Amino acid sequence: MAEPMGFYTDTTVCIGCKACEVACKEWNQLPATNGGRNTLSGDSYDNTRRLDGIHWRHVKFVEQFDAERRQGRWLMMSDVCKHCVRAGCLEVCPTGAIIRTEFDTVVIQSDVCNGCRDCIGACPFGVIDINPVSGTAQKCTLCYDRMRAGMTPACAQACPTASINFGTIRDLKQKAQARVEQLHGRGERGAYLYGADEKMLGGLNSFYLLVDKPEVYGLPPDPKLPSRNLTPGSLWSALGAVVIGVVGLVSLRGRRDEHV
Amino acid sequence: MSSTFFTEPPHWRWLIVLYFFIGGLAGGCYFLAALIDLVGRRTDRPFARLGYLIAFPAVVVCGILLIADLGRPERFWHMLLQSQTWRPMLKSYSPMSVGAWGLLIFSGFAFLAFLGALGDNDRRPRYALLRPPSLLGILLTALGGLAAFFLASYTGVLLAVTNRPIWSDTTLLGAVFLVSSASTSIALLVLLGSRRVLAVGSLRALARFDTIVLVLELIALVALVVSLGSVARAWLNAWGALLVLGVVGLGIVVPLVLHSRARTPLSAAARAAAVLVLFGGFLLRVVIVLSSEAI
Repeated sequence: MAEPMGFYTDTTVCIGCKACEVACKEWNQLPATNGGRNTLSGDSYDNTRRLDGIHWRHVKFVEQFDAERRQGRWLMMSDVCKHCVRAGCLEVCPTGAIIRTEFDTVVIQSDVCNGCRDCIGACPFGVIDINPVSGTAQKCTLCYDRMRAGMTPACAQACPTASINFGTIRDLKQKAQARVEQLHGRGERGAYLYGADEKMLGGLNSFYLLVDKPEVYGLPPDPKLPSRNLTPGSLWSALGAVVIGVVGLVSLRGRRDEHV
Repeated sequence: MSSTFFTEPPHWRWLIVLYFFIGGLAGGCYFLAALIDLVGRRTDRPFARLGYLIAFPAVVVCGILLIADLGRPERFWHMLLQSQTWRPMLKSYSPMSVGAWGLLIFSGFAFLAFLGALGDNDRRPRYALLRPPSLLGILLTALGGLAAFFLASYTGVLLAVTNRPIWSDTTLLGAVFLVSSASTSIALLVLLGSRRVLAVGSLRALARFDTIVLVLELIALVALVVSLGSVARAWLNAWGALLVLGVVGLGIVVPLVLHSRARTPLSAAARAAAVLVLFGGFLLRVVIVLSSEAI
């Protein structure tokens, strides 16, 4: 297997240009929303709204201003599939369409997926949705086709501020750690890495440098695997079956003789 | 806030709600029929026949609903066979994968029992081998009963094994669906059985069974809400009202009152109770599925 590859996104240098979104759509030939007749969301500069089957990159705009809009800041973040080392979508997929590649990334094979949509609800980050053109679940592939050819994914290639960094996970972690220390040294004490260590789903192969709580960026504070509920859920069901069985047995057997 | 609120809904709507309801009836009716066949009295057997006659057509409808709900219905078989290698596709840790096989296996048992039930008439009895008291019949019925339990409850486990709010914030949905499938299936048998005036003694036993199951369902629902903890606040809206008034009030409490007042299981009150239990069971699936979809 090749060395694990991924993204490190430094949100402090994102300028919200959306070049990543455009590059992603161009390379992956994703259709426009509503045939190009998109409407404005009214939510800052964000008219993409969310990640889904035809938006594999989504630049989020968080406006943190006081009531008079005199003081405050912008937080911008280019969101994407996290390519979790322990991936919820891959766990539940009943067709085997979702696979782990030789680059330790998570890819949905569109020719295998039958659109059952279990992965959509299983993803802890709300990344996946149906692409209406294919009728299958789709998301970022970390440009698997480009990586196979030794190229950088389209979004990272297009990013003008190096907010999106692509490389081996080992190099990216070193780079990100150095950046956190640099920011701490300059007084931005809130800077930290989200998903860089193994505590979060075995590690996110697309991790982030953030300066506020995850929730502020629309990220879950404590993402979990769907399989956590499998054993307890099954055991409660089995207990229910035993109780119903016993009650049924008693109801049918334990009656006095009745004349029909 | 629970991390489950940062996820997206899988667009499981009316087809899935209907599948959960009809699948519960298919599993429940088969299980009841199996129980009657295995431990009931000879006079109860018309009810077992009725259960089998419902279970197989119901599970066929389930298959059609599930295939129709897929984004690519023509690829439904990818759940059972790997499309590239034609090897069996089974993931023991994916409830949908296990569920697809469970549905298929249950369909087999339901089909055999359906044949047995069709052949069970006085004029030209056939396929008697497929039902107790034959040894093969006992074996088929017992194994089919297990598959029926699986079908009635795995859908709740499937919802729990996601990251969606409500569904994955509790581990009790499988048990709740199972108890509800028992109560709705008994209600359906009572309703159809009382129309044909089958054995009154059997009806009485079933009505008593239903009363206990409804009490169990009430306990299970309370436990469900408690297990949700702070996430239960997501039901402080019309969905919660529907749960309390529709599922618990109309679907459980009123039928329990009617049961206690019904003098005979053939009375209008008993039939009204059965209709309400079925309605409440359907509403339960509506609330569970659509209230999370709406978040």
